[in-house]
Amino acid sequence: MKRVRLVNEEDGGGGNSGGSKKTLKRPFKERRDEDLEEESASWECLPQEIMLHIFQYLPLLDRAYASQQEVTHVRDQREIHSDYLEIAVCRGWNQAFHLPELWRCFEFELNQPASSYLKATHPDLIKQIIKRHSNHLQYVSFKVDSSRESAEAACDILSQLVNCSLKTLGLISTARPSFMEVPKSHFISALTVVFVNSKSLSSLKIDDTPVDDPSLKVLVANNSDTLKLLKMSSCPHVSPAGILCVADQCHGLRELALNYHLLSDELLIALSSEKHVHLEHLRIDVVSENPGQQFHTIKKSSWDAMVRHSPKFNLVMYFFLYEDEFGPFFRDEIPVTHLYFGRSVSKDVLGRVGLTCPRLVELVVCANGLRPLDEELIRIAQRCTQLSAIGLGECEVSCSAFVEFVRMCGDRLTQLSIMEEVLVPDHRYGLDDIHWEVSKHLGRVWFPDMMPTW
Amino acid sequence: MAVNSVHWFRKCLRLHDNPALQEAVNAAHTLRCVYILDPWFAGAANVGINRWRFLGEALEDLDNSLKKFNSRLFVIRGQPTDVFPRLFKEWKVTRLTFEYDPEPYGKERDGAIIKMAQEFGVETVVRNSHTLYNLDRIIEMNNNSPPLTFKRFQTIVSRLELPRRPLPVITQQQMEKCCTKISENHEQLYSIPSLEELGFRTERLPPAVWRGGESEALDRLNKHLDKKVWVANLEHSRINTCSLYASPTGLSPYLRFGCLSCRVLYYNLRELYMKLRKHSSPPPSLFGQLLWREFFYTAATNNPNFDRMEGNPICVQIPWDQNPEALAKWAEGRTGFPWIDAIMTQLRQEGWIHHLARHAVACFLTRGDLWISWESGMKVFEELLLDADWSVNAGSWMWLSCSAFFQQFFHCYCPVGFGRRTDPSGDYIRRYVPILKDYPNRYIYEPWNAPESVQKAANCVVGVDYPKPMINHAEGSRLNIERMKQVYQQLSHYRGLSKSQLLSLSVETPTGGALTEAAGCSILPDSSTLCPTTSAAVTSTSASVNADPLKPPSPCSSSSSPCGTTSPPSTSAQTLTKRKGPAHKIRRSMRQRGHQGAEERREDEEDKGREERMEDDDDENEESMEQDATGEMSGHRQ
Repeated sequence: MKRVRLVNEEDGGGGNSGGSKKTLKRPFKERRDEDLEEESASWECLPQEIMLHIFQYLPLLDRAYASQQEVTHVRDQREIHSDYLEIAVCRGWNQAFHLPELWRCFEFELNQPASSYLKATHPDLIKQIIKRHSNHLQYVSFKVDSSRESAEAACDILSQLVNCSLKTLGLISTARPSFMEVPKSHFISALTVVFVNSKSLSSLKIDDTPVDDPSLKVLVANNSDTLKLLKMSSCPHVSPAGILCVADQCHGLRELALNYHLLSDELLIALSSEKHVHLEHLRIDVVSENPGQQFHTIKKSSWDAMVRHSPKFNLVMYFFLYEDEFGPFFRDEIPVTHLYFGRSVSKDVLGRVGLTCPRLVELVVCANGLRPLDEELIRIAQRCTQLSAIGLGECEVSCSAFVEFVRMCGDRLTQLSIMEEVLVPDHRYGLDDIHWEVSKHLGRVWFPDMMPTW
Repeated sequence: MAVNSVHWFRKCLRLHDNPALQEAVNAAHTLRCVYILDPWFAGAANVGINRWRFLGEALEDLDNSLKKFNSRLFVIRGQPTDVFPRLFKEWKVTRLTFEYDPEPYGKERDGAIIKMAQEFGVETVVRNSHTLYNLDRIIEMNNNSPPLTFKRFQTIVSRLELPRRPLPVITQQQMEKCCTKISENHEQLYSIPSLEELGFRTERLPPAVWRGGESEALDRLNKHLDKKVWVANLEHSRINTCSLYASPTGLSPYLRFGCLSCRVLYYNLRELYMKLRKHSSPPPSLFGQLLWREFFYTAATNNPNFDRMEGNPICVQIPWDQNPEALAKWAEGRTGFPWIDAIMTQLRQEGWIHHLARHAVACFLTRGDLWISWESGMKVFEELLLDADWSVNAGSWMWLSCSAFFQQFFHCYCPVGFGRRTDPSGDYIRRYVPILKDYPNRYIYEPWNAPESVQKAANCVVGVDYPKPMINHAEGSRLNIERMKQVYQQLSHYRGLSKSQLLSLSVETPTGGALTEAAGCSILPDSSTLCPTTSAAVTSTSASVNADPLKPPSPCSSSSSPCGTTSPPSTSAQTLTKRKGPAHKIRRSMRQRGHQGAEERREDEEDKGREERMEDDDDENEESMEQDATGEMSGHRQ
């Protein structure tokens, strides 16, 4: 409601000062004239600085509506909300709309009405941006739905951004990874347009895309001094050598996300070289493409080098493996800080986690076999002295062991998300009194998570 | 003047604990019990044959019970608004009674009927008996908005007096006083429609697993209570293979159609507990199922858009995929995951599945694997599930898809592992997907992994006799967890991060990144995380224009900006958390319309919810002690 009122006020002010012949909307007709004059005066006198300030709060479409005569005539009349049609705008507002400062950030939303519930950025607006503001764009992201057409449209826009220098670029699939369906050559040529033209690209999020080694070379050739973040989980066309080249050249890289098959001892050594800044985050997705897959191992010495070089870095690992694929993991000490087990993980592996992950801060176990995790949790409480968050899904823990675990960790457990079904009542605690015990040790009120029993 | 009552049955298909029916017989000279349905509309409605059959049986049972009192059930074909004026005149009706319907659609329909009755000079008496509590009272207790967490709901409920005690069954005596002559051609005019009349083909229809009706419901209630005594674990029963099958003690469809009064169940459980546990006061978990039902009813009663995402203020807007083909595979049990297919087959054949089975298939359809809207799943359940109440069905789907009620989403049910944990031998699958019956236990949950020789020996080759899995679960769930995070990060960006609510968010913490990039106005793939120190560092380096490391690159924070920056549009979570100043208001007022508007409302509610829970936490301890005491007292008072 507030937003509507505000637009109406603009309406009143703009109408007068802009000398529009369009009639004011009814509520304003009913007002007394002096009200209107007062109001219009105050709006007209707004310095451009203030206008800019106000504009940047407005969602872009509202900005466009509120001030754009051009948009009005380019756009299909039927598309325009009648409220806005009657807005007549003073020149100042129109100028403010085109201030470069307002076009640094832009999020393109590309959705096909047939397959998505989301609204899309209007094609005319996209044209306007490419025509008038592409040189202002710096922080750009594309959100696409699951259709190939949307991803292709995103690539088409990227290809046209020839006279802009981006600092950040994010390609985000909101449903299925649709960039993977775009012909690789199309995607690569669009992406390299950005790489070549942007001289200070600092972050790049291109998860689930067909990016490949040669295009990463282009990235390195043009942006090696500025690149700080690279997220490229599940990019099947990149090889370990391709990412190694990035790590070798981009010494400012602080955040990196990739799949386990790209992780190598060489990569860790490169990231911990003297020339390289401290790494802050490393996210590794361990996904099995086919059952029974063999995974390589990383030497303890490589991890040690990483920790020596970047003592505070976070190592986040997401595991989506079958139980029998965990063989190579958690055999040696690993500096992982955040562990997520997306599928069933065995008691044995969790036992190893307690032994090999001294830096562990967060642990999420989505599922486990039928045997309770009692000793494993207690060992983790003993050994992982940084542990502050834990989530358990389809697992079993006896109430006594769980209380003991919480007692050992105490109030450093800031997040404790346990499904009610996880806790197995035993001779000491039933489900109705466990929240007391746990709350006592945590120093705050705690309840297990519940699911509807319907 | 003669009092001619009409009692209108809708839900509450029973003679026990039926307050509106009691009002109908009270000092009445005649009483007619009607049920109104439109066979034409019925055929077109999204209701499957099992549900119609259950309803038909429930009506038959009512008719039989009424026959014993020399009365009958009048089933009237048509729409209530057309039917009532005719009946009012024909039967010289002076009083119309029915059970209060708390659902938005029902409230609207009943409003129209009450108005119409008024015009005809007919008195209407409406009584609440479908829910334990007066829902408006719960909402009032929660500062005039429905509680959005179950915990909060339980707290409110514990402050209320006990539910009204159930009323006894209608007696012969009561009925004699308003005995109404039944016409010769009653059967012709008012019979219960057959399934054929409703447009269903009944040849080769297997016998019903769940038989509708009050008699059956009361029978089951006794068995239900006996079983509770037998297993000696009143509050919680752990799932095992047996829980998956339709049980002769299951009650949910009977509560749905009102063949069983929820208050009768409530008091029976309560008394049983107190008898067995030496008069100690029962814990809320004893009434778990009943309270969940109540919770969703409360959330839905004033929200006509409760069953959809758009325009539903409590529903998170999630960019679900539209994929009719995949939806059909799911609905028809052709996903290639035996566990999912068995559940969907049981649902279609019998009309009921265990609640954890519901979680499994709902998670698979929505956030776990297929990324299809919960609304599509809800519609399939509406068609097939005997106990699908509008409110409970929509509410459960929102819950399971993490679209509302602040659900954790870190955990997705695995379509292989979850079933195997529950039923390691796979007997459940063999029963509902018989083509797989000869598979060894090892492969029955994942036949595609069986060697070809095993597949051939079992006479079922995957890809020929049984579908291949429609999705790679590992890959799908990895993607969807990311998608979910995107959605929630956007939300948390708006409301300030609440650490306690989203564990998976905090897991993502270190890689951060997505936090701001998902957020509408500032897209910064690299910035911000939960931990201020690291985020500051990353943000400041990545967006080098920024003077203040905590601020995302906004036009204003640039040094070259004309307005030299005092308060940037603060998208960073840290500054947003508790800001209530004028800038906050402006920002809110200017936010995008449409789905973002909904989020915004949600945010408000959520904030409130959080604060409320904080309060809760404070008085929680005294609270539950108190509750026991007051519970006892109010029990005596009744």
